[in-house]
Amino acid sequence: MDSRVRVITNKKSISEYIAEIWDYNELFWILAKRDIIVKYKQAVLGVGWAAIRPLITTLVMALAFGRLGKLDVQSTIPYILIVSVGVTVWLYFSQSLTTISTSLVLNSNLVTKVYFPRLIIPLSSIFIGLVDVVVSLVVFAGLCLFYQYIPDWKIIFIPFILILTFLASFGIGLIAAVLNVKYRDIGQVISFVVQFGTFLSPVAYLTSAYRGGENGELLYQLAMLNPVTGCIDAMRWAMLGDFAAFNWSSFIPLVLFILITFFYSIRFFRKHEDTFVDYI
Amino acid sequence: MTVLSVENISKRYTLNSKGKSNDDFRDTITGWSKQLFSGGKSGNTKEDFWALKNISFEVQQGDRLGLVGANGAGKSTLLKILSQITEPTTGSIRIRGRMASLLEVGTGFHPELTGRENIFLNGAILGMKKAEIHRHFDAIVDFAGIEKFIDTPVKRYSSGMYVRLGFAIAAHLEPEILVVDEVLAVGDADFQKKSIGKMRDVSNSGRTLLFVSHNLTAVQGLCNRGAYLRSGELVRFGPIDDVITEYVKNVSKFQLAQSWTDPDLAPGNDFVKIKTIRLVPDESHTRPNLDTTTPLRLELEYWNFVENAELNVSVFLYSMTGECIFNIGDEAQLYRKGTVKSVCEIPGDFLNDGSYYISVMIVRDRLAPVYFFEDAIAFDILDYREGTDWVGKWPGAIRPKMIGIKSWQTELS
Repeated sequence: MDSRVRVITNKKSISEYIAEIWDYNELFWILAKRDIIVKYKQAVLGVGWAAIRPLITTLVMALAFGRLGKLDVQSTIPYILIVSVGVTVWLYFSQSLTTISTSLVLNSNLVTKVYFPRLIIPLSSIFIGLVDVVVSLVVFAGLCLFYQYIPDWKIIFIPFILILTFLASFGIGLIAAVLNVKYRDIGQVISFVVQFGTFLSPVAYLTSAYRGGENGELLYQLAMLNPVTGCIDAMRWAMLGDFAAFNWSSFIPLVLFILITFFYSIRFFRKHEDTFVDYI
Repeated sequence: MTVLSVENISKRYTLNSKGKSNDDFRDTITGWSKQLFSGGKSGNTKEDFWALKNISFEVQQGDRLGLVGANGAGKSTLLKILSQITEPTTGSIRIRGRMASLLEVGTGFHPELTGRENIFLNGAILGMKKAEIHRHFDAIVDFAGIEKFIDTPVKRYSSGMYVRLGFAIAAHLEPEILVVDEVLAVGDADFQKKSIGKMRDVSNSGRTLLFVSHNLTAVQGLCNRGAYLRSGELVRFGPIDDVITEYVKNVSKFQLAQSWTDPDLAPGNDFVKIKTIRLVPDESHTRPNLDTTTPLRLELEYWNFVENAELNVSVFLYSMTGECIFNIGDEAQLYRKGTVKSVCEIPGDFLNDGSYYISVMIVRDRLAPVYFFEDAIAFDILDYREGTDWVGKWPGAIRPKMIGIKSWQTELS
């Protein structure tokens, strides 16, 4: 018999909290697996969808911004490669954000019926977008082959930058998830953010494009506050060889953003997690 | 050994008195702006609702505790606190050993996933380790009886298969404390029998059971201790029979007698008026409640205002759902002005357990209703069984023992 005595009160220490989450790591894996299986199960193309989305998005954006918007003229490498990297990061960020922000409500049947550390639910969203990322990278590799372009050793940083991207979406996603329990309007707000974010973030253009025109410098500074800018800049540095230099002025705000939102959002989550069941 | 001790548990919910909670942004924002304009005073006055008030009790290892109480008494809130779904506002609970709670079967089943995948998913949700699920996998599939469909998505399962699979997983949890809520309300009689048997096994193996059900027979048959909750307070805690007696005394809408001394106030009309109607148990009955073995006597007395009226009485017995169980009448007779008394004997071992209503009708000239006194008596019959281990709901509107069954051996082989 398990002779541990557990005490249920309305106070729990941080170390107990973390230990408990660790205790449920198997649930974390199985929820992540469930989401991925379910997402592709009854679709005829299955994982094929994961390939079509990044490919079409990349082609359309490269056409619209590069060819029609004439942004490709000063580029020394095929413009579509620049877009492909941006799309990879953006799809991962936006999917993680959407999944995390709706995760609690979508799993309300679990939240109201059984106990486990609630943080497991948003955490397990880390993998759902990764399928798309892997396929996007394959698409990128295909483009590289087509254009005879060889990235350098810096591609080993890709996983690290992907983690940063997830963390960037985690903080706001988590706060949105908590608010979504009480106010379902948040779902609408997030879909707006995702829709406009595609164009406001440097997905289909380089960060330097902000500088052009009147008030360019101000616009550039504002864009640095966008965490996705930091992620895309870093990813282009890692994937496009010598083409893109490391941009500290977008990377430092990104790290600060992650640190602040991560800890704040977890505090916010802890404060509200006991009442989820009363509102969901 | 005490495995569960509950100390001074209270749970408060805050209600907005406008009957509107801030479910969407608009309400919250208008709430804020109202606060702003009314100088910081909140437009909504908040009201506290205590779903549980200072509940304390202890459960010993191997006890089977039955929680009873009307809807809204706080049973579910208590279970939710015990299973950590929501936290208590005050107080603390000490639990020794692993506790699993089964507030519904098949929690978290995903319709797109196969039976096999859902066993692992549901097991993990209920707190089983992967190795543990692997060990019990065959037994779970066997108990649920779904070998053929194990790789079929559960959305194609019949509802019975779904419930069986859900219960089978939970039944193999092997927790030291098992919390079960109304799971027996689902599934057919066969499945209920199986699940009650499984819960018996749980308690026989020295583990502790907490059981909530509206089926008093199941509670009585399964539990040895009881807790009765009424509007968030623990009214009674102790041996199950005491608790159930207390509960039945409180909830039943007993109306075993009505009487009037003044004919002007009595129900009726110009021809007849009711003086007394009552239902009494036979003197031989010694247990505190009416149960299925109790012989009952219905006594009716009424005023007759018409000289030489040819009257007879007709008695209607209805079940709780309004079905007429029987309707019987007496011989019509000529009565003088004055009071008339009628008595109807209902034998013991005739009615089934449940709630019943009695209406009486006074009929003139063997055909014309004079007065119909509806819902005159309301009573509950409790279950009483001997010589059977079956604790599910006894089927049937009546349970007449006088219709006996005789069996004998016809041949030896």
